Amino acid sequence: MKNIFNLILTIVLAWVITLFTPWWGVMLAALIVSFLVPLKGGSTFFVPYLAIFSLWGIQAYMAGSANDFILAGKIADLFSLDGNTTLLILVTATIGGLAAAFAGLLGKQLKTVVTS
Amino acid sequence: MKYFKLLLLLAINAGVFYGLNTKFGQIPPLGKFLSPTQGIWQNERSEVAQKTLSLEGLSAPVKVHYDEHLIPHIFAENKKDLYLAQGYVTAQHRLWQMEFQTMASAGRLSEIVGEAALTYDRRQRRKGMVYGAEKALETMSGDTEIQEYLEAYKDGVNAYIAQLDASELPVEYKMLDYKPEPWTKKKTALLLMYMTDMLAGRDSDFEYSNALKLFGSARFNLLFPDYFDKTDPVIPKERDWSSWAASIPEAPADSLVLEQLANTMERPHPDNGSNNWAVGPEKSYSGNPILANDPHLGLNLPSIWYVMQLATPEQNTFGATLPGALGIVIGFNEDVSWGVTNATRDVRDWYKITFKDHTKQEYQYDGSWKKTDLRLEEIRIRNKEPFIDSVYYTHHGPVTYDETFLGNRGEAGFAMKWTGHLGGNNQRTLLELNAARNYDDYKAALKHFLAPAQNFIFASREGDIALWIQGRFPNKWKGQGKFLMDGSKPEHEWQGFIPQEHNAHVKNPERGFVSSANQHPVDQSYPYYVFNDGYDTYRSRVINNFFRSKEKFDIEDFKALHGNNYNLMAAELLPVMTKNMETGALSQQELSFFEAVSTWDFYNDIDKAGPSVFEAWYDELYDLLWDEFERKDLALDKPFNYQTVYMVTNYPEDPFMDILSTEEKESAGDLFLISFKKAAEKLGKWREEHGDYNWGDYKATYVGHLLQDLPAFSRFNIPIGGNSGIVNATSEDHGPSWRMIVEMGEHPKALGIYPGGQSGNPGSKHYDDFIDKWAAGEYLELNFLPYGDEPGNTFTTQTLKAN
Repeated sequence: MKNIFNLILTIVLAWVITLFTPWWGVMLAALIVSFLVPLKGGSTFFVPYLAIFSLWGIQAYMAGSANDFILAGKIADLFSLDGNTTLLILVTATIGGLAAAFAGLLGKQLKTVVTS
Repeated sequence: MKYFKLLLLLAINAGVFYGLNTKFGQIPPLGKFLSPTQGIWQNERSEVAQKTLSLEGLSAPVKVHYDEHLIPHIFAENKKDLYLAQGYVTAQHRLWQMEFQTMASAGRLSEIVGEAALTYDRRQRRKGMVYGAEKALETMSGDTEIQEYLEAYKDGVNAYIAQLDASELPVEYKMLDYKPEPWTKKKTALLLMYMTDMLAGRDSDFEYSNALKLFGSARFNLLFPDYFDKTDPVIPKERDWSSWAASIPEAPADSLVLEQLANTMERPHPDNGSNNWAVGPEKSYSGNPILANDPHLGLNLPSIWYVMQLATPEQNTFGATLPGALGIVIGFNEDVSWGVTNATRDVRDWYKITFKDHTKQEYQYDGSWKKTDLRLEEIRIRNKEPFIDSVYYTHHGPVTYDETFLGNRGEAGFAMKWTGHLGGNNQRTLLELNAARNYDDYKAALKHFLAPAQNFIFASREGDIALWIQGRFPNKWKGQGKFLMDGSKPEHEWQGFIPQEHNAHVKNPERGFVSSANQHPVDQSYPYYVFNDGYDTYRSRVINNFFRSKEKFDIEDFKALHGNNYNLMAAELLPVMTKNMETGALSQQELSFFEAVSTWDFYNDIDKAGPSVFEAWYDELYDLLWDEFERKDLALDKPFNYQTVYMVTNYPEDPFMDILSTEEKESAGDLFLISFKKAAEKLGKWREEHGDYNWGDYKATYVGHLLQDLPAFSRFNIPIGGNSGIVNATSEDHGPSWRMIVEMGEHPKALGIYPGGQSGNPGSKHYDDFIDKWAAGEYLELNFLPYGDEPGNTFTTQTLKAN
């Protein structure tokens, strides 16, 4: 339950924060949420990962699909992904996810330090 | 322990942040670059939005109607508002390109891409590109009207940059991780210099001097005559110049400086050229003059051209603009149409400078010493210490070559004298042409244009056609500037200029048409000295012969001529080659190639094999024949194609036919056979790899992105015929960069197309949407709206207004 709460909160907060900040707003969101709603064990890493993976994945898909993925195809070429836009979305989502996951670990650790 | 873990995680997070926010080598900052809210996903856009935008400085609202091709039709109350809006709208679609080109012109690419561009940047600085732009700015600063418009354009571009959010930056900025800087009037001047260099930055003075010393003057003159035996000049031979009181200076007795250079800097591509033609009322199917133009430039994305309609209540002009410059460059209004081809005249000469000592503070001139000016060029390099280049200026111009840059050791240098440094007011010429109503306006507009010299073609509603070869031309003594000169001798300098009214021109000639294709401007009866400096010898004859071939011409004829693939050089050379070659020694495979080329009809069409064989064969022949020019210790230019054909046809036993690396003495016939076998081998390999070797596939035309043809943003294997030297001058990466046809009349009817698209954004469907049409020989109908017209709902309208 806490996992799902954390997940949803991270997605929503990251979405709101990055309306105003550059890309690293997703790291900030994960950090804040895992400070406020600390998780246990692997979830500390994987929940924020999944949250931003989903957010960036969906946002990237929506931006691309509105324009027939014209640019995504070219960037996928640039990254030697053979023009595969699905792969580019996965790469995008993974990068966002990883950044958030490490920020989540830090948030949790901050909480541990503060509360002990 | 928990503090250690906290510190470790802090470090990891700092690392993740830094790693994803920083560019490493070619890899963009991945977090920033791929973020859906900030990165490239924000560039997935094709359409413009129907809306009102704020643009400070406008005196009245401006309407921008985009048609389905994303061509903006701009209606402004006055010219100041018009150029303000032009700057704003152009930046909306071409910001990265317009800045990049001016950075390239100014020799500042190292700031963006790092040390790899240093040699390029030094070259630009040492050519005096910025110096030339400053001279032009000086001239323009005396012209208050032009100043006002340059300011307005600048403000328009900057208004766009100011309201640009980081997420909306063009994708190239995101990829290279930098930001646009404010636009300046100097950037407009730099863009004009960029064009000047592209079109008038080529000469062969060092190469000719080297060849003269190597082969002697008799042999040199045989290979590089001032005039070829056949020319069909821009100004018809019938033109009589005898009424002019013209004189040229006396050639000094000792005019040769036989100093040699092993290497010279890279020069603009020889395929930069163009075609234009116009028929007068009596040769037109409708009685209205018809004009066409197609400038041949490097095929790039974003395209060098951006098409616009620019209208005020007083003037309404349509055509191709250069992002960064004001007004229409090639286009038409209700009364006139105009176009340009490169005049290809020699307007850049070189002087040997003898410095007093290694400090280079003084140089020899007229029996005494003259002071140099030192210009310290600071080249900033991304992630590195700046490079300071010391460029010494003489009264001739900058000392481009010295021991720090391709020159020889010792106290000698070579200074450039170039009309590009004279400081023209080209912008005034363009804006006056935009507003021209008749021949007299056109003629007056041209006077301000100094370089790059152009063949300005003209047609008017009133029925006039004309062509002026306009630029500032030094009045040279016979032979001046073909070779290196002595900078210490006043008599070696340019002794003056050809008076502007003596620039070769023709109005309403007897033959009923005017045309130019970078060929010789005039025949030998012209009273001033002109020599062949890379003039066309094939396209021009095909075009003129076409217009001599019948009485009347219509738009379809014009289209057909744009797309004409007739290879006149092949028609003149190939029979000589096939007739004088021993075919007995050919293998089965070689015979099949021979069959393909000997039955070919001389048209470089995409579906034919003949042109592939011919072009491969000629390339081999050319290199074999001129093997004497392959020297590492000397900069040399091989003879032009026309003279190559002339030599193998008329002097098949000439010593040049010999291949130096073999024991035997070869003749032209031997060369034909050896080169054919080499070509056949090459083609055989090509066929094995690609299956077919039809001309379209073999030539494989591509349109490359401005960043070194970055494959992801370029288009490859475009099915289009032609080649350089053919009217459809599409080679591998050069060709017709804007094809325009305009029929004058009550209301002008115009067609146009270019190999690109209106948007500079690789994410837009309008980035390259004209390319297929262009390749197929199709055109867009240019929708020339009357001023103030409210066009239908196929248009998207933006309103610009001050708050």
